[in-house]
Amino acid sequence: MTSVTDPPQGSFRLSMLINDTRYRSYTFQFIALVLLIGFMAYLGINLVSNLAAQGLNISFGFLGDPAGYDINQTVVEYDSQSSHLRAAVVGIINTLIVAFLACVTATIFGVIAGVLRLSNNWVVRKLMAFYVEIFRNIPVLIWIIIIFSIMTVSMPAPRDFRGDDATAGMLFDAFAFTNRGVYSPAPVIDGASGWIVIGVFIASIIGIFAYRRYATKKLYDTGQLLPMLWPSVALFFVPVILAYFILGRPITLDYPSLQGFNFQGGLHLRGSLIALWFALAIYTGAFIAENVRAGIQAISKGQTEAAASLGLRPGRIMNLVILPQALRVIIPPLISQYLNITKNSSLAIAVGYMDVTSTLGGITLNQTGRAIECILLLMLFYLTISLLISAVMNVYNNSVKLKER
Amino acid sequence: MSDNTSVAFVRTETLPQLPPPASEAGVVKWMRENLFSSIPNSILTLVSLYVIYQLVTGAFPWMANGIWNTNSLAECREILDGATGACFSVITERWNQLLFGFSYPSEFYWRPGLAFLLLFVAAAPVMFFDLPRKLLLFTAIYPFLAYWLIWGGTIYTPLFALLGIIIGYLVYARFVKDSFAMGFFGGVIAAFIAWFIGGYIVGAIAPAEPFLEAVQSRDMGGFMLNMTLGVVCVSLSLPLGIVLALGRQSDMPIIKWICVIFIEFIRGVPLITLLFVANVVLAYFLPPGTTFDLILRVIIMITMFSAAYIAEVIRGGLAALPKGQYEAADSLGLDYAQAMRLIILPQALKISIPGIVNVAVGLFKDTTLVSVISMFDLVGMIRGPILSSTDWNGVYWELFMAASVLFFVVCYGISQYSQWLERRLATDHR
Repeated sequence: MTSVTDPPQGSFRLSMLINDTRYRSYTFQFIALVLLIGFMAYLGINLVSNLAAQGLNISFGFLGDPAGYDINQTVVEYDSQSSHLRAAVVGIINTLIVAFLACVTATIFGVIAGVLRLSNNWVVRKLMAFYVEIFRNIPVLIWIIIIFSIMTVSMPAPRDFRGDDATAGMLFDAFAFTNRGVYSPAPVIDGASGWIVIGVFIASIIGIFAYRRYATKKLYDTGQLLPMLWPSVALFFVPVILAYFILGRPITLDYPSLQGFNFQGGLHLRGSLIALWFALAIYTGAFIAENVRAGIQAISKGQTEAAASLGLRPGRIMNLVILPQALRVIIPPLISQYLNITKNSSLAIAVGYMDVTSTLGGITLNQTGRAIECILLLMLFYLTISLLISAVMNVYNNSVKLKER
Repeated sequence: MSDNTSVAFVRTETLPQLPPPASEAGVVKWMRENLFSSIPNSILTLVSLYVIYQLVTGAFPWMANGIWNTNSLAECREILDGATGACFSVITERWNQLLFGFSYPSEFYWRPGLAFLLLFVAAAPVMFFDLPRKLLLFTAIYPFLAYWLIWGGTIYTPLFALLGIIIGYLVYARFVKDSFAMGFFGGVIAAFIAWFIGGYIVGAIAPAEPFLEAVQSRDMGGFMLNMTLGVVCVSLSLPLGIVLALGRQSDMPIIKWICVIFIEFIRGVPLITLLFVANVVLAYFLPPGTTFDLILRVIIMITMFSAAYIAEVIRGGLAALPKGQYEAADSLGLDYAQAMRLIILPQALKISIPGIVNVAVGLFKDTTLVSVISMFDLVGMIRGPILSSTDWNGVYWELFMAASVLFFVVCYGISQYSQWLERRLATDHR
């Protein structure tokens, strides 16, 4: 009779905490936890004693006090009597404005440069390689300062636009490039009918998406191919133009005009905004160009050849075979470039653009001396943004992941 | 047969080959295929040529008329007399300030210069594997030598730092046969003890007049500061990044979460906020009365910053290894430390090299950000002392061009090296 003997159940010995792989990980984690807590406690005790020595405390009450400084670019209502909190909110909005503008522009630059880098045209290819290498290898801070110098030093002063023998002129009588920034026409929405036109415009964009979805569904269900381009273009322009004229041109443009020593009216884009916007766009555009190029090159040539042997035309090959696969490669690094733009927009402080780093982390910090609180809030803001963007990226990655069985 | 020779219209010898038509050969063919293959392509070519023409005609007279030897902007404008031309003399006159900052003693310029030259010697055996391995010994000594050259002071400080590391290594070598963890922690503890004791000994025996006069950290500046920060932070963050990456891959939940939170926090905030921390907040977390060099504080924060990015790159490399490699290591009976050291990390690091180099280049460019917290690196020098001096107020282009050229040379060089290395290390046969 065979008897199955269990392995000897040795009693627990202290040395097993180090030698037995079953328990060793607990030992290590315990040590790590103790070290971490000890380190945190050390920092905390130092913090408390330092604050006590200087008669300070941690409090966020200063956010309600009047800020006492002006911000030159405000979207929401703000004056120097508003609170520090409101100044921070104005800064956050300014950060988001410049980050959004730079993301859009960088994508345009990057996609164009990336596609042209793969062109058959030797001159264009080399020119784009030159652009990418020059901009990728020089710090963005230097680009920001260079463009800011162009805006403030090389541009004519508003008084040069005066008189009959003006040394500077306005572009199309609408845009004035001065050393105080760029003045461009601003749209003025005239009452309810103006908003109706905007509503029609938004509705027609939704309509375009609905039509394209309908056409795709019809293609898959019945094999019938509806035209895509012309209906889209028509939907984009026709309703909004009709609405615009039927309602009696409710949206007008407010042109900037020279009054006294400066321009009045129109939209005033300050040199600092333009410098930050274009430097970030053109710098990150070079990185996006490389991502786009890598994405397109990652699709093996066999895909193009297979599509060609099925009889697809070059345009269709790009749209139906290459791009859907390339986008899966391109979009994740693209989104992390957007994240980089948002984080690099904190360099605004170098040119005096009033973003959240300049308001909360700059003037508010210096005026109140609340360094810990201000920097904590600043980090929380950027952390929130980047976690949001990573969440979006994870959702996207999961939706395009290859479904493996 | 003989008939054929008499037939008049049969040619007996072959004709000499004609050259291909002009449109199918040489420059013309190349241009037809590459530049003017279709109408949109031709338009693109013409637009590009126009852009190049504008760039060249805009820049060339400015560069060619450049003045290299005046002492102020006013003098330079006088010589130019209204003509287009650059005042490169700001670069020649302020070259030392651009490189070393404005308060590094000028009689000691040879010291950072020598450290910079030796950097190539130290980096060579790491970068090129064909060189004799014995050169690595110099690489190991180099950090201490460079510290001594740049900061000066008594030689005993770097000497005892080196001694501590040697003692630590000896202890590690003694115990590593029993267990890697024991060897590693024993070595670290031994090194710390050696440094602690060494600190007292250095204090006792340090000569009043050291061979190399000490230079304060706040006197560092210029491109030297960028180079120092870049090299120090990248080399320190590499081991830290490896540890963080391994920790993030670990099976132990507490260690994993510590690493994840650290990495995601650092990656989520801009470097500027971390530099603010170094500048104004870090002092609150240190024991009262400690005075820390600003440079040291900045090095700590930048190292943490780049370690988080390098950890993510290495994690990518670890994830890219096939699972079979881990299983093979297990089936050979290797423990965790052996498997990592002998099988996993060599392969994972090889895959991560391009990413690590990208992080290094990005970090080197980001060292210009220290100018925001009023340190006088290259950009800080230009924006501060040079542009605000009465002699050179308003010379933007020449200065920023010089800064761009310096950065471009270094960054482009590193990225070209990385591409060479990638080709060199490629073991898959495409």
